[in-house]
Amino acid sequence: MTEERELVRVEDISFSYDLVPVLEGVSFSILQGDFLAILGPNGSGKTTLVKVILGLLQPVRGTIRLMGKPTEEFRDWSKVGYVPQKATHIDPFFPASVKEVVAMAFSSLKKTSSLRKRDKEMSITAALEGVGMEAFRDWPIGNLSGGQQQRVFIARAIVNSPEILFLDEPTTGVDAATQEHFYEMLHLLNQDKKITIILVTHDIGIVNKHVNKVACLNQKLAYHGSHEDFCQSEAFKALAGGGHLVSHAH
Amino acid sequence: METLFGYGFLQRALLAGVFVAIACAILGLFLLLRRDAMIGHGLAHVTFGGVALGLFLNILPLAVALLVAVLASWAIMILKEKAGLHGDTAIGIFSSAGMALGILLATLAGRFNVDLLTYLFGDILAIEAIEVWLSVGLAAAVAIVILTNYHKLMYLTFDRDAAKASGIKTKRLDLLLATLTSVTVVLGMKVVGILLVTALLVIPAAAGLQRAASFKQALWISSAVAFFSVVLGLGAAFVYDLPASASIVLLSFIFFVIFFLFRRKKTA
Repeated sequence: MTEERELVRVEDISFSYDLVPVLEGVSFSILQGDFLAILGPNGSGKTTLVKVILGLLQPVRGTIRLMGKPTEEFRDWSKVGYVPQKATHIDPFFPASVKEVVAMAFSSLKKTSSLRKRDKEMSITAALEGVGMEAFRDWPIGNLSGGQQQRVFIARAIVNSPEILFLDEPTTGVDAATQEHFYEMLHLLNQDKKITIILVTHDIGIVNKHVNKVACLNQKLAYHGSHEDFCQSEAFKALAGGGHLVSHAH
Repeated sequence: METLFGYGFLQRALLAGVFVAIACAILGLFLLLRRDAMIGHGLAHVTFGGVALGLFLNILPLAVALLVAVLASWAIMILKEKAGLHGDTAIGIFSSAGMALGILLATLAGRFNVDLLTYLFGDILAIEAIEVWLSVGLAAAVAIVILTNYHKLMYLTFDRDAAKASGIKTKRLDLLLATLTSVTVVLGMKVVGILLVTALLVIPAAAGLQRAASFKQALWISSAVAFFSVVLGLGAAFVYDLPASASIVLLSFIFFVIFFLFRRKKTA
C-alpha cells in the first residue's frame, strides 16, 4: 500500500483573541484525497483553525506546514482554494460579473506560470461547468441566489486546479434541496478531480454521507479520525447530545 | 468646439483635467467599493495644510502637499490598524489637523491668502506647462499602476480574506492604494481645488456603479463620465464665464443623476 501524501500538518496550534483562548494544542494531519469535516459547536474555533492554516491569523504557539513548507514560506497558493464564510464577505452590489469573480483567482498564479488569455477563458469555462454555472458567466454576481453565488465562489476556488479546497460553512442560508446538489458536487470534486476537501460545517448529514474523515473541535481537538469511528465516539455523543449539530435530510 | 479648444491655456487645462479626472475615476471605484470614499475628502484637507506649509517655507507647494498627503495616508492606515479606530475616525483626526495647520500657517504668514484660495477652489485655466506635464505623467502612472494590479485590487476589494488566502500581499496593496490616493488628491487639487476634489474621486465612480453589470463596465462608464465632465465643464466655463471647477463638478453630478435614473436593476 502506498503512503498517502501529507498536504497539511497542524502541530500543537494555540490561538487567542485578546487573551481569550480559542484553540489549544491542536495537532492533526490532512492527507491527499481526504474529505475532512471539521465539526464543533459555535465558538469552538473551527473558522479560526482554517484561518490559521491559511496564514490569515497568526497562532500564539505551534506550527503549520502546507505541502511540506511552513505557511510563511509557502508560495504555491494557486494549489490552495478557499471559500470563506458567506455572511462575512459578500457585497451584493459589487459590480462584478460571474466571469470576473472566477478570474480573480488568477492573481495567485506565479508570474512565471501566467496563463495566456485564451487558456484563462478555457479554465473559467471548465470551472463554471464543473459547478453548473456556465450559463450565468456574464451575470452580475449580485443577481444570483445565495446557492448560485456559493457555486461561483467554488468555481473561483477550483479554477487553478488546486490540490486542496477549504470551505467554511458553505451552505449557510442555502435551502435543503440546493444543499444536496452542492454536496454531491463536492463529492465529485473529491472523487473525480482528486481534490482534497476540508469542510467546516454544523451539518451531521454531510458527515454521514460524503466525508471520510472528521475533526471534532471544541477549543481542543476532541476527535480526529475516520467517519465510521467518529459515529461511535464519545466526541460524537457529546456533540449530538448537546444539540450542537443539525441534520438535513440527505 | 474646435475653435474653442484652440486656445493654449484651454488645451493645457483640458489635457491635465482629462488625465487627472480619469485617474481619479478609476481609483475612486476601488475606494467606493472599499467604503473608503471619504479618505479623499480627508486627504484633501491634509493637502490644505501641506500647501500652506509649502507657501510658508517658500518651497514648491505642490511637492510639499504631495509629501504631506502621502505621509498622512500612511498614518491613517497605521492608526486604523494599530489603534483599532474606524477609518472615518482616523480620517477625521488627520483632516482636522491638516486644516488647522493650514489656517495657522496662513494666519502667521499673513501674506499668501490669495494663493491659498486658488488651491482651495482650483484654477485649472491658469495651469502652467510644467504642471500640465507633471499632472499628465503622474495621472498616467496612477492609472497604469492600478490597471497592472487590476485583478489583485479587485480581489482584495471584493473578498479580502479569500484574496489574502490566495497569496496576495494585502497590506502592500493597501499601502499602494493609500499612496495613489494621496497623489491623485494632490493632482485633483489643481483641477477642481481642495474643496471639490472628493467629487472627482466619488461622483464619476458612483455614476459607473449605477449602470455597470461588470467591473470592466464600471471602469469604462466612470472614465467616460470623468472625461465628458471635464471637456464639457471647461467648455461651459469658457463660453459662459463660469468657474471651471464648479462647472466640472456640477456636470459630473448631472451625469450621476442621469445614471441613477437609468440604473441597473439589482435583485439583492
